[in-house]
Parts: sequence; structure tokens; C-alpha cells
Amino acid sequence: MSTKTETGAANRRLGEDLLVATDLQKHFPIRRGLLQRQVGAVQAVDGLTFTVKRGETLSLVGESGCGKTTTGRLLTRLIEPTGGTITLDGRDITHLSSGAMRPLRRDIQMIFQDPYGSLNPRHTVGAIIGAPFRLQKVKTEHGVKRAVQDLLELVGLSPEHYNRYPHEFSGGQRQRIGIARTLALRPKVIVADEPVSALDVSIQAQVVNLMEDLQNEFDLTYVMIAHDLSVVRHVSDRVAVMYLGKIMEIADRTSLYERPMHPYTVALLSAVPIPDTSRRDNRERIRLTGDVPSPINPPSGCRFHTRCWKAQDLCKTTEPPLVELSAGHQAACHFPENTTKLTIDPTGAAGSAA
Amino acid sequence: MTQHEDSLGGATPPRPASSGAPFLQVRELRVHFPTDDGVVKSVDDLSFSVDRGKTLGIVGESGSGKSVTSLSIMGLHKAGTARISGEILLDGQNLVGMAPDRVRQLRGKRMAMIFQDPLSAMHPFYTVGSQIVEAYRIHNKVTKAVARKHAVDLLDRVGIPNPKSRVDDYPHQFSGGMRQRAMIAMALSCDPELLIADEPTTALDVTVQAQILDLIRDLQAEFNSAVIIITHDLGVVAELADDIMVMYAGRAVEYSSAPDIFNSPQHPYTWGLLGSMPRLDRERTERLQPIKGTPPSLINVPEGCPFNPRCAYAGTNGDLSFTLRPEFRDVGGGHHIACHLGAEDRLRIWETEIRPKL
Repeated sequence: MSTKTETGAANRRLGEDLLVATDLQKHFPIRRGLLQRQVGAVQAVDGLTFTVKRGETLSLVGESGCGKTTTGRLLTRLIEPTGGTITLDGRDITHLSSGAMRPLRRDIQMIFQDPYGSLNPRHTVGAIIGAPFRLQKVKTEHGVKRAVQDLLELVGLSPEHYNRYPHEFSGGQRQRIGIARTLALRPKVIVADEPVSALDVSIQAQVVNLMEDLQNEFDLTYVMIAHDLSVVRHVSDRVAVMYLGKIMEIADRTSLYERPMHPYTVALLSAVPIPDTSRRDNRERIRLTGDVPSPINPPSGCRFHTRCWKAQDLCKTTEPPLVELSAGHQAACHFPENTTKLTIDPTGAAGSAA
Repeated sequence: MTQHEDSLGGATPPRPASSGAPFLQVRELRVHFPTDDGVVKSVDDLSFSVDRGKTLGIVGESGSGKSVTSLSIMGLHKAGTARISGEILLDGQNLVGMAPDRVRQLRGKRMAMIFQDPLSAMHPFYTVGSQIVEAYRIHNKVTKAVARKHAVDLLDRVGIPNPKSRVDDYPHQFSGGMRQRAMIAMALSCDPELLIADEPTTALDVTVQAQILDLIRDLQAEFNSAVIIITHDLGVVAELADDIMVMYAGRAVEYSSAPDIFNSPQHPYTWGLLGSMPRLDRERTERLQPIKGTPPSLINVPEGCPFNPRCAYAGTNGDLSFTLRPEFRDVGGGHHIACHLGAEDRLRIWETEIRPKL
């Protein structure tokens, strides 16, 4: 295939910044009254700065309402940012018109969460996966049908499924169809919004493995949006923890899971149920109380202070900046957890090993 | 009579180790739905029991029959659509075939259910308080004022802040976690002796999930109820359950105490579930070990062992797995499985092939 030479070129550039978000903001206006005057804004995403390197998987995690899905939609320019910039492969795409954006959609694609809602029930699988070729007017070597059948095989479906409709497939198979559509134009970046959370455990593992294989084969870069911290650890190279529209901590996988610095990350990790009964009693848990505050009126200072057990007066007034506390490990906290040694044991590993 | 039929009739209900008659006993339950395409055998010969003060975890993927089982216990299948046979004994009374009026007297009072989706399980038109009051006043002859006070107390118990004013809120004014708490309050309004929680935390964030699991645990300790928790998340049952039943294609494939299931599982499907999950408490593995294929259609359940098309060990006993349905039997110490593999094979495969990869 013609991508071979490109793949070689991409390999040499692995590790360089491919997607850069700087101070990215999205505020959804709240309008009231006859004149639809703006009375407030949902600060869904409020000042995100991060980079995604070529060939890596960056995961965005957090509770519902933290802005992770909005971030994914901003990166793919499905919605217009309120502020900040996004650059893709060195090119500023922040305010490109939809016409100017269209050629770039070959490079950045999205996998959606709901395998039932994201496929048109009245189109055949062939039409769904072939749509990107038609929309982008891409000429394929042996015609669109052949290209679609190759894609079906690539994601572990049978080429005979070409003329079937989405309702004839199970959730896992539908998610594979969505992935095939995403891959059609050989994108550089795929933003995957909860790609496996709607699937059964055994199917989830199949899709995770498939996405890994495809990443290796096509040098894909993933931005993974997820809430399951176990899956995130398995798939990611780096992880960004979000809370109320801000990044609380961003680090490579190993240091985030082994030495979480932000209290919120520690709390999230300690809340994950672990399938091991021997840890039931010796696990130190941090239980956050209450719910995530409203992003319409986020708390002053550090947004996490209302639920944080380490919060002091400083946290209520001054917002902690996201700073690098050790190599490649940034956290936004005035009182980060012990940066050399973890003070608590969120998974209970030490207790059961003893 | 063939051996096949023998094994169907001879299934023994697994009993928890403690003495006395179990509070809930399900015997040879079958729930079939006739459809135009054929009979959907959602639950097929299922037996289990739960004692007071104990928690049974039912684990399985979608379509394994776990929710259908809970709806049959609660008597919530629409009359005429489901064919139910077998016995469901709640404190000795058989619920199968009981008049709907009599089941209604038990529902809410002696058994209650927490549903997965708290938004669709609550009526959007009535306040949260009035929905709790309704259930309480049906079973208790009290004035509205007393019932309202009870509702406020319950909301307080389940951790709703400012319950006196929130009791008059509508469900849409509550967040997901608060709705789930309100539903738990509703389920607990008459101190039920049996509480069924069907995926109580699936729709919730992990921090809220931890709060809800703590709440269920505390309330159970206080009321000494029997609890059935239905989930697809092995982590959740590891936190809560005393005993675990793994279901596949409408049948139980493994049943034992929770530590036993996690430390020495014996059924290939349970191995598959454990291998599919990435785990925070272990070294990160390079590859997950998924179960191949997809769950079977419940209209055409495979001959023999229903798991045989997906099982890596199906061919090791000749064609036994493809022709004979394995009997669900005690293999020692109350550990029940339905599998044709020999005891030594199971131990060897678990110790040498499965456990090292987890």
C-alpha cells in the first residue's frame, strides 16, 4: 500500500509534538429571557495546556462533567473553542472554517462512545465505512468497495458484512465498524471518546487489543478519553487527570500510577474497586464526599478544595499553577502528596504482599 | 433416561455454609420468553440461595440472565410475556405462580430492588419525597406527616445533604449519585429483608461508586438483610460479596465463596473474565487475554456446554463439551462448577497457564 513510505517517514519523527493545545478554553453560554441575554457560562474547559507526541497514547481521565469529552471535541474541531490555540502538526487549526478544516479531517478522526448511536441505522456497513472516501474524494486503488472490505478484515470483521446493516451486529462488532470508518483515511491522530466503556468485559479486551495492534501497524497517535482507570493504565503512555475543566495532574503512566502527586488522583485511584478479596480490609481508602461542583460557578482558588482532605485556607484563595514537580510529572496542587514516596497506599498492594 | 436428562434434574442448589434455612432459595428457575424467532431461554435451570446478613454477587455479561433472574424474584415480569417455572422461596413462600396482589404485599416490604438507571426508575413528575412516602404508606398505616418525616430521615441516612429541603425536589434536580442514593432510600423505606441491587453503580463515577458501595455495606450490616448484587464488574463483587455466582447464557457456571472465586477459580469462563480485565493491583501486562468470540444467542444456545464455542479447552475431553451439558455440581468445599474438565486438569491449567498471566 502507498502508506509504506509515509510510515517510514513518520517513524523518524516519532516523539515530536503532533498536537498541541495551549490555554484551551470552552465556555458554553447560558442564555435567559426574551432577549436571550447571556447570564452566565458553563466553564466546561478552562485553560488546558498539553501536548500529544507522535505515536503516543495520551489519556484524559476524570469524573463526568470534568470536560474530557468537550476537550476531545475541541481537538477535533467539532466545536469552536472560546479561547486558546490548537496546533496540529505545526499548523494552527484553532479557528479554521469548516471548509478549511475538511482536508485536515483526514489527519484527525474520532471514535465515539456509543456504538449504537454513532452508526446510521439506514446505511449499510459498506456505505458507512465508505463515506470518508466519498466525502474526501479519495481515489482508492481497487475502488471503494475493495478498500472497505480490506478495512473490515483489518478490524476483525468479515468482508461479507459489506451489505449488512448496523442492527445486525453486536455492540463489540459495531465498535469495530466505527474503528474501521475512523481508519479509512489513515489519520495521524485518533481521538477516542470512551471507546470501550459501553462494551462487555470480554469484548472490551478484544477492542483494546485491536486498537493496540492498529497503533503499532499504522503509527497512530491516540487521545483516549476514559473514566476507567484500570483500562487507562493499560492503554496509555501518558495520562492527564482532569477536574472541572482543568488539568490537575499530567504524567507518564508509571509515575502517575505509582507516585500520584495530586490528592484528587490519589482519591480516584483509591476508589477503584480491585478484584481481590484479600485486599478488602487492608486497603487504605480515601472517600471523597459529595459530588463534583457545578462548572457554572466553580469554586474559587483550587477547584478541588471543596472535596479535598488536605485543603487549607491558601487553597480557597489562590489557584495552584500546573508545575513540573519531577521529570515529566506536572501537578496543580499547593500541598502535593509526598513527591518521593507515597504516603498512602491506594491499591493496598503493600498490605497484601506482606 | 439419558445421562443428559439426569444432570438436568439432579442440580443441587448451592447452599452457603451457615446453618438454618436460607432466606431466599431459588430452585431450578427457568424464565423463557416466546418470540417470533423462537423461545429465548433467558434463565435456564438456575438454583441458588441467600441467607440473611449475607451478600451474593451475581456476575455475568449482558444477556447472561442476571437481570431477568432479579426481575423474576421481584415478580416484575409482565404477565403473559414470560414463562416462569421452578421455585423462588422467600422465607418459605413460593413466589412463582403467586397471585400478583400477594406479591405486591411482599414487594417493598420484604424485598426491594435498586435499579441500574436511577433517572428512568424514578417518576419525573413526582417529588423524590412523595415517591418515598408512597412506598412507606402502602405498607404502614401512618399519617402523611409521619411518612414525610421518615422520608427525610432516610434521605439523611443515605447521605443527601440538607434533606429537609431536598425532599421536595424533583428527580431531575438531583445529580446521578444523589438519585441513586434517593433510590436506595426508597428501597430501604420499609426495612426490606431482601435487597436486590441490579448494577447499582454502573452509571456512576468511580468516586461516587465507592460512596454507594460503602452505603450498601453499612446499611446491610445495620438491617441484617440478605443482599443480591448484580454486576459485570468483578471489582465491585470483590468489595461486597460473601459468595459469588458467575452466570453464562442463562445458567450458573461457577459458584463459591468470594475469596475462592478470586484465588482458585475453576471454570474457563471465569478465567476468561479475569484475564480480560486490566488490573490496577498487578504489574501491567503487555496484552489482555480476551475471551474469543461473542456471547451466544439465547434462542440457539450451543449444544453441550454453552461456553464451548469460546472455550480454549473445549476439545480436551473428546467431544463431551459439544454433546453433553455439564452438570452444575459441588467439586469440594461448596465450590460448584459446570465444566467437563477433570479436577487435575483444572488445577494444572489455572496454576500453570492462567494465573501467571493475570
